[in-house]
Amino acid sequence: MNTNTATSLRTLPAWWQAGPFGAVFLLFFLIPLALVLVVSFWHFSEYELIPGFTLDNYLTIFEGCASLTEQGDFCVTLSTYLSTLKFCFLVWLATLVLGFAVAYFLAFHVRSPGMQTVLFVLCTVPFWTSNVIRMISWVPLLGRNGLVNQTLMGLGLIEQPVEWLLFSDFSVVLAFVHLYTMFMIVPIFNSMMRIDRSLLEAASDAGASGWQTLWNVVVPLSKTGILIGSIFVITIVMGDFVTIGVMGGQQIASVGKIIQVQTQYLQFPLAAANAVILLAVVLMIIWGLTRLVDIRKEL
Amino acid sequence: MSDTLEPQGDLSSGLSRRHLLAGVGGILATGMAPAIHAQEKVVLRYLGTAVNQDKAIADKFKADTGIEIQYVAVTTDDVTKRAVTAPNSFDLIDTEYFSLKNIVPTGNLKGIDAKKIKNADKITPLFTKGEVAGKKVGDQGTAPKKVIFLEGEKSKKFATSPTQWMTLIPTVYNADTLGIRPDLIKRPISSWAELLNPEFKGKAAILNIPSIGIMDAAMVVEAKGIHKYKDKGNMTKAEIDLTIKTLIEAKKAGQFRALWKDFNESVNLMASGEVVIQSMWSPAVTAVRSKGIDCVFQPLKEGYRAWAAGFGLPTTLSGKKLDAAYVFINWFLDGWAGAYLNRQGYYSAVLETAKAQMEAYEWAYWMEGKAAAQDIKSPQGSVIAKAGSVRDGGSYEQRMGGIACWNAIMDENAYMVRKWNEFVAA
Repeated sequence: MNTNTATSLRTLPAWWQAGPFGAVFLLFFLIPLALVLVVSFWHFSEYELIPGFTLDNYLTIFEGCASLTEQGDFCVTLSTYLSTLKFCFLVWLATLVLGFAVAYFLAFHVRSPGMQTVLFVLCTVPFWTSNVIRMISWVPLLGRNGLVNQTLMGLGLIEQPVEWLLFSDFSVVLAFVHLYTMFMIVPIFNSMMRIDRSLLEAASDAGASGWQTLWNVVVPLSKTGILIGSIFVITIVMGDFVTIGVMGGQQIASVGKIIQVQTQYLQFPLAAANAVILLAVVLMIIWGLTRLVDIRKEL
Repeated sequence: MSDTLEPQGDLSSGLSRRHLLAGVGGILATGMAPAIHAQEKVVLRYLGTAVNQDKAIADKFKADTGIEIQYVAVTTDDVTKRAVTAPNSFDLIDTEYFSLKNIVPTGNLKGIDAKKIKNADKITPLFTKGEVAGKKVGDQGTAPKKVIFLEGEKSKKFATSPTQWMTLIPTVYNADTLGIRPDLIKRPISSWAELLNPEFKGKAAILNIPSIGIMDAAMVVEAKGIHKYKDKGNMTKAEIDLTIKTLIEAKKAGQFRALWKDFNESVNLMASGEVVIQSMWSPAVTAVRSKGIDCVFQPLKEGYRAWAAGFGLPTTLSGKKLDAAYVFINWFLDGWAGAYLNRQGYYSAVLETAKAQMEAYEWAYWMEGKAAAQDIKSPQGSVIAKAGSVRDGGSYEQRMGGIACWNAIMDENAYMVRKWNEFVAA
């Protein structure tokens, strides 16, 4: 019996095991994705899709992007991506700082596993209601006549209600952070729990300060968690249209929103082309991130 | 006069209901199953916006005929999307006339046989001729008279003169204008131009449904004397550019607090005082008022932007379900539903039958623009207008006679949507 047959005997069950997931992946991911790609090259009219091959949809998306508009703006596509990327960065930064701090507290300051579980569950409490409700609950708080403004005016700190609290970049970022910090906490906490505690003791024995230990031991060893959390947050924010819509008073552009409007008006090929571009952008970001950390090596 | 008519009206509607019931029974009896069982089985999937998908209407219809209505509530845009892409997913569509320009060319709707609609010739001439009280009203945009008739049952083309085949049988319609908070504005408002008046900087809102929002913007552009459109509902590319440019400039100057997309958003913006002036729908104004907040559906000198919705039948509908759909449409025009909608501030398609189902003082308030003789109650029984008050915009003839344009789908719709995205992104 040679080694070749032995290997094939071993690989066969492996293929079988991978089969179901492969089939799901094919059916619900690869095929729809291929369809989106195909449709993005079709012609269309208001009420029908016409199979064929055209680059018109892509050209339409980037029409006018070579120069500034009359009002001195970038074209729709560029300004939309810039605004989406801006939110992506701000939200990523805020959720990372917050998520890391919370995870650090849970992993290193809370000693008993019981307490850790309780606090962890506490973090998930907001997720027990729908995210639209969590978003909308900000409105009466931040509005012109909302609780925050009333309090500030009651304290005599301001004369006029603060208007930028709601329907602004601020409220969008706030809602995102509120909604998605958990996606940072979980993977970072998970990475931190794998850190061998003796490493921290060693650092301390070698005379490292708290910050030095944090920066030279904890952060490098939490990289995988940070990366996974970042991927979650970035992909969610890049595709979001609900949060930006509700918290931005529907007047802040996002790529997801444009795709949604286009599908509503039956401009499926245009929406598909936009989706393909969005996917490419997100994949590039993720590719860039994985250059920084080798996920497979770290896991 | 109405005193003598009313009992008759009741009697005849009672009779016709029984008539219908027998009719359904007869139709069903020709099927395989015994009538009684078959009756229970007919379920009509009713696709539409939530506007007139009222539980009370479905309940009353079921009680009268035994046919069940299953509401499928989506947004206006999604109604069109489903009509175009999934015509088998509903048995009855309730959509706006302007959507027909996108739906009819697909061949997914069949003509409704006017001969099978008992009250077809009593449908208000606003739909068939574009007239209110004998006078022509504005027909810019997708006026129903342009799209209400088909050349044949299976035709994909609109007929230019009345035929036996109708695209939609009208259900509700109304004329929209700006909603304002008089308690926060404290001065009379009389023109669409006020929407972009810098005085309301950061306190104005506009509709974020491109095809309707652009019409409101066009009303403003005309009111401000920037441009006179040949047809606001069918702009040229240059006109679209100009309209969007006006919007973008206002947005950059901080005019808008928010844009709104659905009924509740507009109610919340107004009720919370985030916004004091915005394009609004009549029932949304009623909703703000029912919270005890002063809100007016303000008639403006340039007139109203009208809209109308109606029932259509998918081509694939046949047999028992088709018959049931006709029963429902006939029932709907028979008065009870019409009166129910009139009491919410909408207008019903057949005024005569609705009148027969309303109290004289209700009719006088809602339709004749007279002061309420008694407290006016909503169909749910809450008081929405105190005795002595008068409806915004006056009588039916005043309001519907003041139509400036209709909600529309433009020939340049794709371009318009693109430009609208530019406005949102600006």
